[in-house]
Parts: sequence; structure tokens; C-alpha cells
Amino acid sequence: MPNMDPKKTPMPSQEPCIRNHNFDEVALGYTAEMAVNEAKRCLNCKNKPCVSACPVCIDIPGFIQHVANEDFEGAYEVLSRSTSLPAVCGRVCPQESQCEGKCVRGIKGESVGIGRLERFVADWHRQNTCDVIRLPEPNGHKVAVIGAGPSGLTCAGDLAKMGYDVTVYEALHVAGGVLSYGIPEFRLPKSIVASEIEGLKKLGVKIECNIVIGKTLTVDELFDMGFEALFIGSGAGLPRFMGIPGESLKGVYSANEYLTRINLMKAYRPDSTTPIKRSRKVAVVGGGNVAMDAARCAKRLGADEVYIVYRRGMQELPARHEEVEHAQEEGIIFKTLCNPVEVLGDENGNVCGMRCVEMTLGEPDASGRRRPIVKEGSEFVLDVDTMIMSIGTSPNPLIRNTTPGLDTNRHGCIVVEEETGLTSREGVYAGGDAVTGAATVILAMGAGKTAAQAIHEKLSAK
Amino acid sequence: MFEILSKKALNPTVVRMTISAPLVARKAEPGQFIILRARDNSERIPLTVADYDREAGSVTIIYQIVGAGTMELNTLNEGDCLHDFVGPLGTPTHTDGLKKVCIVGGGVGCAIAYPVAKKLHELGAEVHSVVGFRNKDLVILEDDFRAVSDEMRLMTDDGSYGEKGLVTAALEQLITDGNVYDEVIAIGPLIMMKFVCQVTKKYGVKTIVSMNPVMVDGTGMCGGCRLTVGGETKFACVDGPDFDGHLVDFDEAMARGGMYREFEAHAREAACNLFKKEGEANA
Repeated sequence: MPNMDPKKTPMPSQEPCIRNHNFDEVALGYTAEMAVNEAKRCLNCKNKPCVSACPVCIDIPGFIQHVANEDFEGAYEVLSRSTSLPAVCGRVCPQESQCEGKCVRGIKGESVGIGRLERFVADWHRQNTCDVIRLPEPNGHKVAVIGAGPSGLTCAGDLAKMGYDVTVYEALHVAGGVLSYGIPEFRLPKSIVASEIEGLKKLGVKIECNIVIGKTLTVDELFDMGFEALFIGSGAGLPRFMGIPGESLKGVYSANEYLTRINLMKAYRPDSTTPIKRSRKVAVVGGGNVAMDAARCAKRLGADEVYIVYRRGMQELPARHEEVEHAQEEGIIFKTLCNPVEVLGDENGNVCGMRCVEMTLGEPDASGRRRPIVKEGSEFVLDVDTMIMSIGTSPNPLIRNTTPGLDTNRHGCIVVEEETGLTSREGVYAGGDAVTGAATVILAMGAGKTAAQAIHEKLSAK
Repeated sequence: MFEILSKKALNPTVVRMTISAPLVARKAEPGQFIILRARDNSERIPLTVADYDREAGSVTIIYQIVGAGTMELNTLNEGDCLHDFVGPLGTPTHTDGLKKVCIVGGGVGCAIAYPVAKKLHELGAEVHSVVGFRNKDLVILEDDFRAVSDEMRLMTDDGSYGEKGLVTAALEQLITDGNVYDEVIAIGPLIMMKFVCQVTKKYGVKTIVSMNPVMVDGTGMCGGCRLTVGGETKFACVDGPDFDGHLVDFDEAMARGGMYREFEAHAREAACNLFKKEGEANA
């Protein structure tokens, strides 16, 4: 009998007033009992709308039925057919706008907790199974992947499973891309990222850190080295700033820098040698997941007050619903319909305030969202000593500047064929933020998967 | 692994290290930089390439022991390996078509200025060098500069060696003596580069400076190295580190450079104590 409870089985998590002082994971994960209970809420309906809403087309009812039958390893096998990083996706996917958004149970009540179940299965597998790696038969083809983030790792994993000899080149000193430098420990523990990467290495994927493609080696040199196809998953690029006065004051960070110092360089640990400002009052400008991460990090580093400053309303926040909710619980103050016009500095060049204006929403613009308009005479000063800009990025120039024949659009994003990820250069594929501009982990993974399939079709036809 | 092939103190606080890094050595050009981490969990330290040997597959760096990070780096010796070494990053110094150039180096900045002078000399340009140090004990690379310079002025602040005075005075003298430079290339402390630019602006001589701001990844991701050049935001790691000195907002760069001064002072003290204790334990 299905479990007809209209609500999801609650996720155990750290109390907000405790977790906003530590970097340990917020959500603690289901127990086996909770998982089975939640899995039984799935009706295993015929149409499976959830599957078509998943960028990597996981057989969602399939894995959930295994969970309901307490066959957790069976569930893992279903997951791993479609995703290389289930422990990551279960934690960071925007399920409410993908699988869970289409769940039939969501029509009258809450959808099945698909993300929570995916996480449970991946964690269960990691803790209980000693992987017996079935190494694929090598097919003799060499493929290079540029960037060890979500799209690159997915592409590498899929190709390795098909027998390709895959080398991943990473510019930083650790693999993981945004999973390592961007998403904080309390949302995605780095031990999980490390173990997913270990899994890929066991499949035979080689990961070479400290190599910047476009600098240390170029795309053309990789072909000279015998690679037959390349996948570019170099990620988002340079942080955007607003171009308002005062952005060079001490205490203005890009979210990329703030998060990199904290996550990659471990500035939150007392013994870290990486400096980070210990702020009193912080304004994070922007409303996406990155903004939520930065705000919650600032709170954890001891700031008394942390604001999210966003020019549209609460309804328009692009962040995952759960991140907004968690941030609110942790005491982050949402100043929506508010936009900075100047950063104010003291006599030593330190941030001492932010001049803002209030906004109202007008007619929908090209993006379909209502356009924010400045409210006349609404100027006020927000008392802050730190400002973190989280308003997106523009693509990194290193690869496009050193790869003749690689077409990019007017924003600098690499142009690809949507169905294959093929760029304007033969044998060069691309995906993830380098193509789309800043987007989500799962979309990047979907692009990596698409490209892996296209590379396989191309090379196996040789 | 990135083995330290040789290590030599050039003066009490400045050290030259040659590191095995064949992929970096193959591509490195004057003006570019590398980022290293001494050990796992160490800071990422950006350092400009001081020399390279493509055949030997080695890259030379010269660093001043100023903070906790460089102190930790300095605990490694010949035969040890650096944990990470990535590069070459940034754009090379533009040298094409230059016929007569004055290179101005200040302090440890001379380590970066030298490969530029050497390359220009090899390309057949007339190279004048003005190098400045606080005092005689801090002088580095004197013979190296002499070997590649058609004219050289060595300045010390206190007159304990060479001529007494600042590099700006020597540069201005060279210009007023009638030397017409295609470019002045100035590399040193921000305050020195700022004043060099004031001199050259007066005489309308194009001036390139090498900026060395705080950065984390060095590949165009963090944005920490941003500076204002000609009213626009630029990123030293991908747009530079060389910029037109007459357009750089030096006052802003100096303010930003001091952002972590207090943290660094604490870290330096902690590192001093730690390495002293380790030293005593090993003694």
C-alpha cells in the first residue's frame, strides 16, 4: 500500500541556531526507515513525469521502488546508470523545478522527496558497499576533458564506463570545480566530493591538476598529444561587478573570491593561513544559490547581521527554494526590492555602508520576469562593513583566446550544437557554464552526458 | 612532483629557487607568473617567473621572505618538492618592435625586471637599466643586469653602494640627457611605480608596469586581483599583470594591497614562532 501522507517525511537537520555557527552539514539525511517510508509515497505512476523533468533522465520511480523494497544497492544501480554523482545531485539539484516539480503527488500535497531519496541511496552505498569495480574493456580511444567540475567529471565518467582512456585537466590544485571551491561544506561535504572523484579514478579516469588549458597547454597541443576528442567544461568565469562607485574599497568581495577563500582554501578553519575578513554586518548582492551560500558563510564566520540585497521580490529569487528557507531560518535578512547604487568607504578605504534604492516591479521584461524600477526618493544607507557581489560571471577568456576556430557568442560563451555539444571545431565538444553562462550543477552534468554520448558515436564510427 | 633543483639566498631576505616544472618551462615568457603551494594546506602564492630553461625543464623564482606563506616556502630545501606549481599565468611582457628601452627595477622587483631586460637584450634592443635598493646588503642581480644592459645605474636609498638616491632621479637624468625611449618598463613596489609614472608622464614616455595584487586562483575566477585601469575594472591575472602605468589607479591598488595587513602580521608572528620551535627541535 502506498503511503498517502500528503507531506514529505521530514528531513532531520541541525537546529538553525546551532548550525549557523558551524560548517557541518545542515541536513543530516534520512535513516533507512525514513527512506522506505518516503519511498512508499511514490505511486509508481504510468506517465513518470518526473523522469522527463530530470536533465540526466534518471529512472526515478525505478530506483524509488527498490528503496521501498529495502533493496538499497539495487536502487544505487539504477541511479548509477544515469548519474555519476548521485550523492552530489541529491544535495544540490533544484528538485522543485525539475523532478519534484512534476511529481503527481505534488498536485494535492507535497511531492515525493526524490532528492532526499537519491541522497540516501548514494550515502548508503558509500557507507555500506565495497565497490567491486567492473573495469570496462579499453577501446583504445583517448579523450581529454578540460575542467574537473560537474560537466567534465560526468563526461569523463560516462566515457570511462564505455572503455575510453580519459584524462581530465584541472587548473586548480584539487578536482571538483564548483563542488570544491564554490558550494560550502555545510551544503556539500568535501569528503563526499572526494569520494565521488575517487570512484571515477577507480574507473580509470586520470585527473591532472595544476594544468591550465589555454596557458600550460592549448587545445591544439592536446590533439598533438594523441587525444581524438576534447570536452571543454571550464566553467563560469570572471565575476561581474555592478560598475557603481566604491566597488574597489576594502571589504568588497566577489562571491567567487569569498567562497573560494572559505571552501577551497579553508579560511573558516582556525588554523588556516588564508585570510578572510571577519565582518560585523554583511550585504550580499544577488538572489541566486551562490548568494545564499555566501550569506550563510558570512553568518557562520560570526557576522551579527547578514543581508541578501535583491532588486526583485521574494517570488523572483532564482535560488533553490530550500536554500532560501534555510537562510531565513538561520537569520539571514532578506532586503528584496532593493538595489545598491554606491558603496561607501571610511577614511582608510574600508567599506562603511551601502547606499541603496527601493524598487517596484513593472511590466515583464525579455526574461519574462517583471522589470524592477527605481522608486523615486527612496534612497537610504544600509550599515554594513562588507559587501559581497553575487550577480553572475562572464566567461573565462583563456581557452577562446588560444583556440583558433572556436566560435563564441557576443557574451563570450562557447557556441555548441544543443543535441551533441559539438563546437565549431571538429572533435571539440563543450558544456556547462562555459556554454550557458552561470547555471546549475545538474544542467552542467546533463551537458557532459550529452557530449559523452556524441563523442562515443563519433569515435566508435571511426 | 615539482622538485627544488637549487636554492640560494641572494641577500638576507631574498631567495632564488629553481624548480623542475617542464610543462611550465616550455611556455614561460618574461612578465608571466606562476602560483605555487609549498605543502598541502599551504596558501597559493603567486610569483613572477624570474628565469626559465626550456631544455632543462626548470623555472626559477625569486621571493622575498615577507609573510607566513613565504616563510613556509623557505623551509623547503634543494631536493624537496613543492606540492603544487601551476603556470605560466598572465600575459607575457610585450617586447616586439622595441628598439630602446629603460628598465626600472626596485628591490625584489628587480627579479621580475631582469628576464625582461635579458629578453630585450637578446632581441637586439638597446637596454638601459636603473635598479634601486634600500642599501648595499639588499642588492641583488647586479652582475646579471650589467651583462644585459648597455647603460646601467645602481641606486641605493642611503648611498651605501652605487649612487645615493631614488630610481626616479636616475631615470629623469637619463631622459633629460637626451635618451629617447620607446618604453619605460617599471617593476617594483607600487609607490615606486607610481612615481616612475609621474616622471615619464611629464616627458610623454610610454610606461608599462607589472602589477602584483592579492589573488587566489590566478586563472580568472576569483576577481580578487581587480584594479582600475583607465577607469575600467581589469583583472591582473588574465588582463595583466602588465598595464599602461599612466592609466593605473595606484592609490586604489595600494589601499587594496593593505586589506589583510593585520591578518598577515599575526600569521607572520605565528609562523616565526612555529619555525623557530621546529628549528630548535631539529638542532
